[in-house]
Amino acid sequence: MLDLLSGFVTELRRSGLPVSLTEHLDAAEAVQHIPLEDREGLKYALAATLVKSSSHWRAFETAFEVFFAVRPGGGAGEEGDELGEGEGDTESEGAPGDEGRLPGQGRSWKGGGGGEGMTPEELAELLFKSLMSADAAMMNVVARNAVDRYAGMEPGRPVGGTYYLYRTLRNLDLDAVLERLMQQAQAGAAGGALTDLEERLAADEYKARIDKFRRAVETEIRRRLVEDRGAEALARSVRKPLPEDIDVMHATRDELAMLHRVLQPLSRKLAVRLARKRRHGRKGPLDFRATMRRSLSTGGVPVEPRFRHPRPAKPEIFVIADISGSVASFARFTLHLVYAISSQFSKVRSFVFVDGIDEVTRFFEGVVDPAEAVARINTEADVIWVDGHSDYGHAFTEFERRWGDQVTSRSSVMILGDARNNYHASQSWVLEDLQARARRVYWLNPEPRDYWGSGDSIVGEYAAHCDDVVECRTLRQLEKFVGNLA
Amino acid sequence: MSETTNGRLGLPETGPPRFESLDAVRGGLSKVGYLADESISGVVYLADRLSKPVLVEGPAGTGKTQLAKSVAELTGARLIRLQCYEGLDESKALYEWNYRKQLLRIQAGEHGKGETEGPSWHELEEDIFSEEFLLTRPLLEAIRATEPVVLLVDEVDRVELETEALLLEILSEYQVSIPELGTVRASQLPMVFLTSNNTRELSEALKRRCLYLHIDYPDLEREREIVRAKVPGISEELADQVARIVRSLRTLELRKAPSVSETLDWARTLVLLGVQTIDAAEAKDTLHILLKYQADIERATKELLSASSN
Repeated sequence: MLDLLSGFVTELRRSGLPVSLTEHLDAAEAVQHIPLEDREGLKYALAATLVKSSSHWRAFETAFEVFFAVRPGGGAGEEGDELGEGEGDTESEGAPGDEGRLPGQGRSWKGGGGGEGMTPEELAELLFKSLMSADAAMMNVVARNAVDRYAGMEPGRPVGGTYYLYRTLRNLDLDAVLERLMQQAQAGAAGGALTDLEERLAADEYKARIDKFRRAVETEIRRRLVEDRGAEALARSVRKPLPEDIDVMHATRDELAMLHRVLQPLSRKLAVRLARKRRHGRKGPLDFRATMRRSLSTGGVPVEPRFRHPRPAKPEIFVIADISGSVASFARFTLHLVYAISSQFSKVRSFVFVDGIDEVTRFFEGVVDPAEAVARINTEADVIWVDGHSDYGHAFTEFERRWGDQVTSRSSVMILGDARNNYHASQSWVLEDLQARARRVYWLNPEPRDYWGSGDSIVGEYAAHCDDVVECRTLRQLEKFVGNLA
Repeated sequence: MSETTNGRLGLPETGPPRFESLDAVRGGLSKVGYLADESISGVVYLADRLSKPVLVEGPAGTGKTQLAKSVAELTGARLIRLQCYEGLDESKALYEWNYRKQLLRIQAGEHGKGETEGPSWHELEEDIFSEEFLLTRPLLEAIRATEPVVLLVDEVDRVELETEALLLEILSEYQVSIPELGTVRASQLPMVFLTSNNTRELSEALKRRCLYLHIDYPDLEREREIVRAKVPGISEELADQVARIVRSLRTLELRKAPSVSETLDWARTLVLLGVQTIDAAEAKDTLHILLKYQADIERATKELLSASSN
């Protein structure tokens, strides 16, 4: 057990969780208080001692599933019996008609271990029934059969199982199942048709069940992979970065959705931190009057000196963002973050460009949720000049012509983009001018530093006229930069 | 187990464990009206066995503070609560010397002196830094208590990072060091709960000393049970509907998802209005109890309650 735990802790550290030695010891002690057969209990004991932030939960859960997968043995045996029963039932019901087709189809599926005897139709039927009745045990049986039949797992391949999952689910066609469940619900409604509200509720309920089923399939696949290759090898393939460390430019759709979810708490935290820093960072000069007033309660002895609150000036921010395809998501996150903490700046103005440039400050005015405004930018901003390929040079000259005189010594300018200019002229004299007038000019580049200056990237040419050029690939880096800005 | 561990670490001896088993925690909590899920009861059980504080995080209104109260009620302990706020300092959280009383004591010494010998400076110093002049604040009070106590440090994320350090000694060693007096050790180990709304990251040092518990919105079954337990006179059917609607609301992207306490308020309102089953019109009229932003209400109405979503 202790070895297993050490391996587990090592894996957590590899995924980026800061697990200290003390926490490891705590975990070792905690597991002694949990009955060994209680898998859920073990999970919570480990979570309570090892994971200290809710954003790390996903990484923990993945690692836990791999290291403490349900082992074949006692438990599996029981469920195997259940499986047998389930098959028996369906077979006796639909035996005569299906029997003839069975062998022919059975041959064409690879690795059909425990699933023999069930046709795809029967499997689909069983899935439908289990979802209808929310029967967890039956769902697990169906998941196991489905994996047998459809996943086509090949032993020894160093994969994380995502493809197997995809293959299994594609064959089961869960969308069609959902539709059928909804029809069933409609038909079963007491007074004829469901009202809209009821329909919506039913849909959410079934979606939750299907989600549960999907997780059952995932667990099953993972269990088999662990059997095949061992926990540590698998852990390496399924390891996922923490949300803060996901590379924004190469994030998948799921990851982007996750980034959106962490962005809001992140920006709130940042705002709180900055507000505090502003108020408490520096002590103002001694407030003589308040100190004297205070000393009256201690008999005229000034025990506690009072200080004036400092009121440092707030900077004015110009955000100029490239929103062409390659860096669009990065620009969106940055704008979102900057606006979420806009109370820390005296004014925020934002401009987006591809080859033309447009001011989008108006979209953010009076909007409570920056995400809405960011969504509008994509559809409404006028950023195409000729062909919709990034042209930094033209965008900058245009900016200089239309708004250049509004950049003053109180303004900080943030430019977001990969500086891949499609071999247009760089027009870097604009930045030179801006730098002379503005308080600071920063360039945020979402590309890894190694790629800078390769191909059509001309970040070097612009960098000469910036106060700082920062690599900003993940939310963590972005947060750090914005935090220092205010 | 816990006794030997504490001996090794030089902690005060614990009494017998408060809870027999995991099930005892769960059953006990539900008896005092707190429906815990597995992770909650598991962590409370471990906190007792390992003598460690529990850091509870989660969205507002999911019963973080209530958990501490319920545990106090369950174990028959006194609840000592420290409400954190920005600017909280040592003198409000730990202890403070009673300046006024000390000054009075010094002045009294001078007046009583007259022509003869008064107390020497040394005696006076001993005197004014004795326990008589000490004002205990919640943390010290929890340590000095002789009866069982539960210490609740509420919304610990509101204090500044530096102030967190005040808590560290008490959390890991269950003692408070007062320079003039020496170290005050706990005569019994209080159960400690810290709650946080996650407005900022707490320091590693603090997290390391605690067990971590994340309380999220309850799942459908648990929420239904909570509604039924907390709202007298609600029918099973209505409770089910309430829980399901709230779950659907939480899947929408709202600025502020409805919390458990808001769910309960809503359920109570519906019972008061004599509603048997919720239809769209009633839901629309009472939605402002669940959602506190106009934008959220509009969105929920649009998504859930108006024309067909197909």
